Amino acid sequence: MGLTRLVCALAAFLLVWPSSLILGQTQPQPSAPSFAATPEDGQWAIPQKNYANTRYSDLAEINTGNVKNLQVAFTFSTGVNKGQESAPLVVGTMMYVLSPYPNILYALDLTQAGAPMKWQYNPKPAAAAQGVACCDVVNRGPTFSNGKVFFTTLDAHVVAVNAETGEEVWKTKLGDINRGETMTMAPLVAKDKVFVGISGGEYGVRGWIQALDINSGQSVWKAYNTGPDQDVKIGPNFKPFYDSDKGKDLGTTTWPADAWQQGGGTVWGWLSYDPDLNLLYHGTGNPGPWNPNQRPGDNKWTAGIFARDPDTGEARWFYQTAPHDIHDWDTINEMILLDMEWEGKPRKVLVHPGRTGYLYVIDRTTGEVLSAKPFHALTASTGFDLKTGRMQVNAEKEPVNNRVVRDICPTAPGAKDWNPSAFSHKTGLLYIPHMNMCMDWESVEPNYIAGTPYVGAEVRMYPGPGGHMGEFTAWDIREGKELWTINERFPLWSGALATAGDVVFYGTMDGWFKAVHARSGEVLWQFKLDSGIIGQPTTYRGPDGKQYVAILSGVGGWAGSIVSNDLDPRDGTSAKGFVNAMRELKNVTTKGGTLYVFKLP
Amino acid sequence: MRTLLILPLLAFTLAACEREDREYRSNPVTAESQEKIALVPLSAGPGGPTEQRSGLGKEYEENAFHISQGQRFYVWFNCNGCHANGGGDSGPALMDDRWIYGGQIENIVQTIREGRPNGMPSFRGKIPDDQIWQIAAYIRSMGRNVPKPAAPGRKDDMSPGPAEQRRPPGEVIDGGQVPPSAQMPQ
Repeated sequence: MGLTRLVCALAAFLLVWPSSLILGQTQPQPSAPSFAATPEDGQWAIPQKNYANTRYSDLAEINTGNVKNLQVAFTFSTGVNKGQESAPLVVGTMMYVLSPYPNILYALDLTQAGAPMKWQYNPKPAAAAQGVACCDVVNRGPTFSNGKVFFTTLDAHVVAVNAETGEEVWKTKLGDINRGETMTMAPLVAKDKVFVGISGGEYGVRGWIQALDINSGQSVWKAYNTGPDQDVKIGPNFKPFYDSDKGKDLGTTTWPADAWQQGGGTVWGWLSYDPDLNLLYHGTGNPGPWNPNQRPGDNKWTAGIFARDPDTGEARWFYQTAPHDIHDWDTINEMILLDMEWEGKPRKVLVHPGRTGYLYVIDRTTGEVLSAKPFHALTASTGFDLKTGRMQVNAEKEPVNNRVVRDICPTAPGAKDWNPSAFSHKTGLLYIPHMNMCMDWESVEPNYIAGTPYVGAEVRMYPGPGGHMGEFTAWDIREGKELWTINERFPLWSGALATAGDVVFYGTMDGWFKAVHARSGEVLWQFKLDSGIIGQPTTYRGPDGKQYVAILSGVGGWAGSIVSNDLDPRDGTSAKGFVNAMRELKNVTTKGGTLYVFKLP
Repeated sequence: MRTLLILPLLAFTLAACEREDREYRSNPVTAESQEKIALVPLSAGPGGPTEQRSGLGKEYEENAFHISQGQRFYVWFNCNGCHANGGGDSGPALMDDRWIYGGQIENIVQTIREGRPNGMPSFRGKIPDDQIWQIAAYIRSMGRNVPKPAAPGRKDDMSPGPAEQRRPPGEVIDGGQVPPSAQMPQ
C-alpha cells in the first residue's frame, strides 16, 4: 500500500515536473501566471492569446504524431499585396482578419463550409499615410473585447467595430501624418480601456501611449515617453530600480536642448498586463534620429520598458535596455509574463528577447534585471553588468559621423524585431523566431523636416556567422541558454505559436509554414504557401469541435519590403540597408495576401 | 550733330540698363517654371497628348554641375529617407525603369512640387524652383537617363553600388502601376 502510494506520488511528480527530472535539475521551469493559465476556451481573441503574451493554446488534437497529416481547410484573400503581419482571431463562430493598409477588417463565418465572408469593414485611411510608414504599411492585428473588435489604422485612427454586425461603434483620430505619425500596433484592452501607442520613430515623432474609453473612444490618459516628468506621468510613485533612472525631468535633461521634442520613444509593439499587480507593461522605441551623435545623453525614456498604472497612466518603474541607443534598438518586442523560481525564491518575471541581442529576465514588480543572456552573435557589446543593469557597449562599434563602421552585430532591426515568441506552458520553454545578421553603419547628419524621415544613417546588412540569416530557437529561460536551433536562409519575420500537442508553428520569408517538435526541434510538417510568411500563427477549436491552425501569407515588412515595395536590389542601402541582405528574396517569392487555415483530415 | 550722336548712345546705355535688370534667376521660392506636359501617353483624339517643353529640362539634365547640386539637395531635403540611394524604401525605387507618374524630368519636377496620392509629400514652397530642377536632374541620373559625362562619378557616403556614371544607359517605362495597396476591394 505504502509502496503504491509512493509510486503514485512519484508518477504525479513526474507529470508535474517532467523536464526538470529528465535534465536532472531541481528547480522547476518557469510557468505561466494564473491569469494566463485559465481553462482553454478554444478561441484566439487577442493576438497575444492572453495578457501574459504566451501565445500558447491548450488544444492538443494536433500533436507530434498526427501533425504530418495537416491539410488546407480553407483560404481567403485579404485583397492587399503588402506585408501581412497580422494575427487571425477567432471568437465564437467568427474569424477576424485584418489587412495591411488600407486596413480592411473581414469577418468570416466559421459555421459555413469554406468560411464565407460575413461582412467587411473599411476605415478608408488616408492614402498619403503610406508615405510616412517607415517599414511597409503593416498592421499587427485587431483585438477583441466586450463584443467589439478594436484596431489601429495607418493614418493614426483607432476604431471599434461591432463584432457581430461590422458596424463602426467609434473612430478616434490620435495622430497627424503631417508630423510623421502613423499607427501599426495591435491595441490591448484591459478593464474598460483600450491601450494604443504611436509609430513613427524614423520621422522624429515624440512617442506616447494612450488609454481610450472602451465605450466612447475618448482619451482617458496620455503619457509621453520623452519630455518633462509631468508629460511622462512620472510622480511620487515612480520607483525605478536603477539609479540612472532616478532624478527630475530626465526626459529633458538627458537630451540636448529641445531634442526630446523629436526624440522618438514611440510605442508600436506588444503590451502586457498583469491583473494581479494591476500593471501595464509597454516598451518604448528607438530615440530619434538614429544618428546618436545628434543627441548626447541617455535619451530617457526611449528604448526601455515602462510599468504603468493602467487606470491613471502613472509610471511605476522603468528599465532602459539601450541607454543612448546607438543602433536603432527599440524595446517594443514582446514581454512575456511568467512565474519562476529565482535563487530559491518565487518571482514574478517579465521575459523580453531584446533587439540588443540579450534575453532579459526582469522582476516585473520592481524592474530589476535578474539575468540578461545573449541569444545572438554580439560585437556591439562585450557583456552585461547586472549591477548597473547596463550592457557594456563596445566602443569600437560606436557610430562616427561620415565614417563606415563595419561588422556590427546585431543589426538595426536587432537580434529580433517585433515578431513575437511563444512560451509553452507545457514544456516551459520559450520559442524565439529571430535573426542572425550583422551590418556596416555610417552616421550622417540628418535634417528634421516634419513629415519626412529623420534617420541620419547609411546602413547595409548581411548574414551573420554561419551565413544563414534566420534562427528558430528553443530557449531555456532558467538556464539562460538555447536547447536547439533551426537555421533558416532568410531572417525570421513571423511570430511563433506553441500548443499543448507539443507542436510549435512558425513561417519563413520564402513561404514555408512549419510545425516542429516542441522538445526536439524536429521539423514534423511543412507546407509551402503562395508568398513569404511574416504573420502570426494562431490556433482555435472550430464550431465542429476540431482544432485548426491559421496563418496569413504575404511577404513584406521592413525585411520583405524589397518584394512588397518593388525595391531595386542594386542599391544595398535600400530599406535602411536590409536590401543588401535580401536581394535573393525577389527570386524565391512574390507579393501576396492570403489566409490559410489547416486542419487534420 | 552732337545731339544726333548722343541720342543713340543714350539709347544704347538705357538698353544696357534694361538688360541688367533682367532676371537671370527666378525668385527662388515663389516662382514656378511652367512646362506643358501630360502624365499619360494617351490623349483624346489621335496624335497623342499636346506637350510643350521650354528646353529647361535639357539644360538641367545635361549639366554635370546641376546634377551634382541635385545630389546634395537630394540628401538635404530628405529624399533619401524614403527613396534610399535610388533603390527605394517606403517610396518607390528611382533607379529602375518604372515611372508611375512619368519619368521625364518635367514629370519629376511636377511630382516633387505637387506630391502624389500614395505618400509623396508636396514640396511646393519648401524647395526653390531651380533646386527642384537640380534634384530632378539627379534623379534622372540614377537610372542613367542623362549623358554619361554629366552623371556623378562618386558618392561621399557609404557606397550603395556602382556610381551613376558607371550604370548602363537606362530607359523609362511610363505608367508603372498603381500600388496594389491603393486598390481597395469593395
